Amino acid sequence: MKHIDEYRDKKLVDKLLQVIEKSVTRSWTIMEICGGQTHSIMKYMLMELLPNKISLIHGPGCPVCVTPLELIDRAVELGGRPDVILVSFGDMLRVPGSRDDLLSVKARGGDIRMVYAPLDALDIAQRNPLKEVVFFAVGFETTAPAVALAIKEAGRRALDNFSVLVSHVLVPPAIRALLEDSQNQIDAFLAAGHVCTIMGTSEYIPLASQYQIPIVVTGFEPVDILLGIKVCIEMLEQKRSGVENAYARSVKPEGNQAAKELLQEVFETVDRKWRGIGILPGSGLGLTEGYQKFDAELRFDLQAFETEESTVCMAGEILTGRKKPSDCPAFAKSCKPENPLGAPMVSTEGACSAYYRYKKEQS
Amino acid sequence: MKPEGKFMLQCPIPKSEYECILLAHGGGGKLTRQLIERMFYPLFENDILLHGHDGAFLPPIPGELAMTTDSFVVDPIFFPGGNIGELAVNGTVNDLICCGAEPLYISLAFILEEGFLLDDLWTIVKSIARSARHAGVKIVTGDTKVVEKGKGDKIFINTTGIGRVLPGLSISPEKCAAGDVVIINGSIGDHGVAILTEREGLAFESDIKSDTRALNAMMLDVFRKCPEIHVLRDPTRGGVATALNEICLSSRSGIRLRENDLPVNDAVRGACEVMGLDPLYLANEGKILLILPEADAMEVLTIMQRHKEGAQSRIIGTVSSDHPGLLRMETSIGSTRIVDMVSGEQLPRIC
Repeated sequence: MKHIDEYRDKKLVDKLLQVIEKSVTRSWTIMEICGGQTHSIMKYMLMELLPNKISLIHGPGCPVCVTPLELIDRAVELGGRPDVILVSFGDMLRVPGSRDDLLSVKARGGDIRMVYAPLDALDIAQRNPLKEVVFFAVGFETTAPAVALAIKEAGRRALDNFSVLVSHVLVPPAIRALLEDSQNQIDAFLAAGHVCTIMGTSEYIPLASQYQIPIVVTGFEPVDILLGIKVCIEMLEQKRSGVENAYARSVKPEGNQAAKELLQEVFETVDRKWRGIGILPGSGLGLTEGYQKFDAELRFDLQAFETEESTVCMAGEILTGRKKPSDCPAFAKSCKPENPLGAPMVSTEGACSAYYRYKKEQS
Repeated sequence: MKPEGKFMLQCPIPKSEYECILLAHGGGGKLTRQLIERMFYPLFENDILLHGHDGAFLPPIPGELAMTTDSFVVDPIFFPGGNIGELAVNGTVNDLICCGAEPLYISLAFILEEGFLLDDLWTIVKSIARSARHAGVKIVTGDTKVVEKGKGDKIFINTTGIGRVLPGLSISPEKCAAGDVVIINGSIGDHGVAILTEREGLAFESDIKSDTRALNAMMLDVFRKCPEIHVLRDPTRGGVATALNEICLSSRSGIRLRENDLPVNDAVRGACEVMGLDPLYLANEGKILLILPEADAMEVLTIMQRHKEGAQSRIIGTVSSDHPGLLRMETSIGSTRIVDMVSGEQLPRIC
């Protein structure tokens, strides 16, 4: 299939592996930021093919995983109300809050629906004028423009029964937080290709320069990821830092101007809590004043939830790359995708879930 | 009434009488009678059914029998390539085939929702009759119940199938042995994607049709000429990955797939890429997995490929003693990974 097969081509993969093998002289640790990349690395078992000198560690870029428990609890509470239709992406429905997940709410009669596009939630609102339709918006900069568009469109269509529970997070503040941690072992980053398709590469230049680290914009197919790793290794071996683009077929330095303008109109930067990590300043999106009437947290009187994470789960260390999923004593034992103890096991893009799915030790 | 059903195009119960199902259609009285006599009997006509008893009297069947039961709740009930009716017949027939049995009789129970359109029921019943004739099975007994509006979802169908196990066959996951090969009769994931294209919130345009099909003609041919088959499984819900994982777990064998050998239509691959689905986990309704000694593989493939439903048959993997209980796959780029059983429900109400 065109545009897919060439990026999963064994000959190209072998060629890139040879180049990487030739250029690497010492041990390097590279973190991929995005959960989509983690998933692809595990699905194609790239670690099995790479030289031993290269370690891949997995970053916090799974938006479902880092959505704080109390926000999931709010979604669960809203979803259980008889006058509410709660709409979200499929992955979010399975994620347990402190007591319940959305699928259980659905089983008890809550109207919970899955969509692929936020605009579909608007159609649901239009067809159900007597119900409040709440879209649980989760994701990085990649999905935020589609949500922004839906919110703007809701304004245009004067849909008073539509609102959004916003849990959008941003990549650069997470990279900064990781690098600020003196314990971090990261030598280079693979930046998330689709986030950069929207936002461009300029935000990463000051980070690379301040922390003297290579940040390589990378795609998601095996060839893309190996190309990103190859560029990282070349930069590291040549003692170069900076931002390079190894996903030029999708990413332009300036990003997607229209999407960025839309984001600026609808959203503003706010502090946000990341599950397993804590509050990161300026790391999330909230609605700008003109659009706050669509903010579900303001529209509904939601109770404050006290939440408590499992004490066994080492999500924080896994989401920051200090530990690998297989280092956790609960991994594949008391913590499985059917019964996740913490964030990285809940979504298919979470590192623990990807390890479990593609690599779990023989049971 | 004259059994002329095969040639009737219009619903035999005119709209002027009843446009949709009423609670009374399941009440056992006149309206139930009308459904049976004007709709079911003419289409399903056979010597056993037409006796009109509460149950069916079956003639003696020599040898071992196989019996299966299944419920069909697919949503939507009409989908590209078929409807819930043919799914019910083909699914039951294929379950019997997976027991190594020749399908003979099927029971049919409808749970209808009040308000369900009689025209839609008529279309479904016609499909059931056509599929049963095609598969050579008799619908010998049945039941109709109606639930209040909102207490069901249009139509649910429950079936039971009875078949005669072919002498000389012994099919069981325990017989899975290292060195055996895994064969499938064609492309995977078609039914799952066909259903997906019609779902609220997921709808998209494609040419993909469900693969719903009875496999008894092809498989009876295989059974007669090559009885050395160790395991049979139809990869319906949960797809090929789940079916093979179940075999791995119950046989304590390992199975190794080759990604490059998996037959997946481009349209299905495309849909999976966009939707974030894996064809290995998507439902099939006209596919069968065979595990058998390598020595018999070529003969079986030749037989299967002579049939329309097996034209694309191929070997997709082998049984190994290296990783007992695990399904592994050699990826397209040469690495190896686990193919786990699906966790949770990828798509509900797929059949």
